[in-house]
Amino acid sequence: MSKKVNILIVDDEEEFAITLAERLNLRGYNTRVENDGEGALNAVNTSLPDVVVLDVKMPGIDGFEVLKRIKSEYPQVPVILLTGHGATKDGIKGMELGAYDYLIKPVDITELIEKMDSAIEASKRK
Amino acid sequence: MSINQENRSKKPINAYTFDEFEGVEGRYKKLKRNMRIIMLLVSLVPLSIMALINYNEYKRNLKTEILTPLRNLASKAAHSFDLYLEERLSTIRFIAFAHNLKELSEENNLKHIFWALSSQYKGFIDLGVIDENGVQVSYAGPYKLKGKIYAQQTWFQEVIIKGIYVSDVFLGYRKFPHVAIAVLRRREDGSFWILRATLDTKKFEDLIGAVYLGPDSDAFLINKNGILQTPSRYYGNVLEKCSLPVSLTPTGTQLTKAKGPGNQELIVAYAPIKHAEYIVVALRPVSVLLKSWYTLKGEMFFVLFLGLIGIILAVVRLTDLMVKRIQAADAKREAAFRQLQHSHKLSSIGKLAAGVAHEINNPMAIINEKAGLMRDIVESSENFNQKEKFLELINSILESVDRMKNITHRLLGFAKRIEVQFEELNINDVIKEVLGFLEKEALYRNIEIRLQLDVNLPRIYSDRGQLQQVFLNILTNSIEAVQEDGLIIITTWQEGAEKIGISIQDNGCGMSKETLEHIFEPFFTTKKGYGTGLGLSITYGIIKKLGGDIYVTSKESVGTTFTLFFPIKPKNVVEG
Repeated sequence: MSKKVNILIVDDEEEFAITLAERLNLRGYNTRVENDGEGALNAVNTSLPDVVVLDVKMPGIDGFEVLKRIKSEYPQVPVILLTGHGATKDGIKGMELGAYDYLIKPVDITELIEKMDSAIEASKRK
Repeated sequence: MSINQENRSKKPINAYTFDEFEGVEGRYKKLKRNMRIIMLLVSLVPLSIMALINYNEYKRNLKTEILTPLRNLASKAAHSFDLYLEERLSTIRFIAFAHNLKELSEENNLKHIFWALSSQYKGFIDLGVIDENGVQVSYAGPYKLKGKIYAQQTWFQEVIIKGIYVSDVFLGYRKFPHVAIAVLRRREDGSFWILRATLDTKKFEDLIGAVYLGPDSDAFLINKNGILQTPSRYYGNVLEKCSLPVSLTPTGTQLTKAKGPGNQELIVAYAPIKHAEYIVVALRPVSVLLKSWYTLKGEMFFVLFLGLIGIILAVVRLTDLMVKRIQAADAKREAAFRQLQHSHKLSSIGKLAAGVAHEINNPMAIINEKAGLMRDIVESSENFNQKEKFLELINSILESVDRMKNITHRLLGFAKRIEVQFEELNINDVIKEVLGFLEKEALYRNIEIRLQLDVNLPRIYSDRGQLQQVFLNILTNSIEAVQEDGLIIITTWQEGAEKIGISIQDNGCGMSKETLEHIFEPFFTTKKGYGTGLGLSITYGIIKKLGGDIYVTSKESVGTTFTLFFPIKPKNVVEG
């Protein structure tokens, strides 16, 4: 068995984040949960995840800012945006800033896992 | 009623609503009426006043112009008579003063003088000398009048008093008109004698004949009793009584109106003569005098009438045109305003709905994950006696979340794809593709779908997938609206240089005005029990996003027509 995949989940909705993390854990993923942008950036700096699931609207440093900084320092790390505040322009902006994809809450876990797998696959190919 | 309208007209234009449309109609009528009244007043009043002033001015000028010649001619004729009589009287007086009674009593002398007189002055018939007793002592002339006694005659008395005398015209012995003139020669001792001459009136006729005023006019001489002294065209021959009233005034010529024979109106000029009690009468029928005036008057009225008609026609046409233009402009503005209001309303409802959807998404995501985790745990636990029941419950929760997700995602205008992908496409093809999905249902319900597609339709830049959804939504509605054997007509055409138009017309149940107003609002549905009421609102959103427009007209139990316009080349992608 290959090395476990590390996922960083960033969402200010704590209940959502920890539940999603637990479900991913059950499916054999390593997860780390952060509730704001600063925490997320710290987490990335301490240990580089394989994929980041990132909320857009957060207090303090928002998702786009986090995405920008991750992409500038670690362009190889794929980021999937996941938000309840979905608008087309946000999606387009996210994709332009380098996000791998853009998903709207609530999301089917199978769909999320598929996206994460293909994101990791794509980043490995680079 | 009128007070009401007054109040209405004070409102600003964009405060009008449908209920007040009747008031607005009335307002245009009032506007038209007021414009007409003002325009007619400012043009017709000065015109009429001018015409009236002109009329009076012309009338006065013409009258004097026409009447003055008549007066002048009469005066002139009177003057000529005066001169003529004066001259004859002077001649006779000269003879009387140049000779004494004795000389003149000699008939040979008198005959010689008469011969000399006749050779120098025409019209003298005879010459006689009458003594103090009224006896004609000597006579030169064609009659045997020597010894005739005049003492009892009025002229004899008159000449003694006045010194001179001019008789009325009388018929002499030969029955042709004469005038007698006489002068008194008073001697120093107070005794006197008289020299008398008779004149024929041929000269009178010549003098009066100079007063020619035209074929319808007449001029003659009368004495103070109205007896004709010269023949008249209208009033008979010499010495007949003239039926005109006599107006003898010692000074000046007078003009009066009188009724002539045959009851025609005449203007009559009376000019008295100083040396005799004669009056020169000159007359013309009014109709002849004022003929030119009547012609002018007729022409003036004709021109005025034409002018009035012209002005009225022009005013009516102009105001009609102006008010129509104003009304059209108002209606256009009103329609634009409504359109703007409508799209604002839809846009704000859309924003509100999207906001609500956003807020619901987060708690729903939590429910989704919690329920998911529950299912994960229940599924993996082995000795849990209520496992089946719990899985059933959890799945029910997840299904409900899924339904909600569908609603919020659709509300946010999200299809599977996020970005609008523009490509060159033929809208006819898109319509045919969509009809492919719906053919079965149409066939099953025996609905005819008639295509009137413009084969020369230009290709447009747009999003095929989004367009498919638009047509799918509208056509689904149309198919649901029509009965079995219904008809749906799809037409495409080029609208101007930059747009294409598509109309989808059905003969279905149609919509009420109320429904029509809300049809593009989210959650508005007439399909009770099913349908989210999002189809057409999403359709509206997509069309706006693609830079297009959608219009709908509908009549209950007649049918509904959706008309769509899309730009051939979109300027900017409008964000959803």
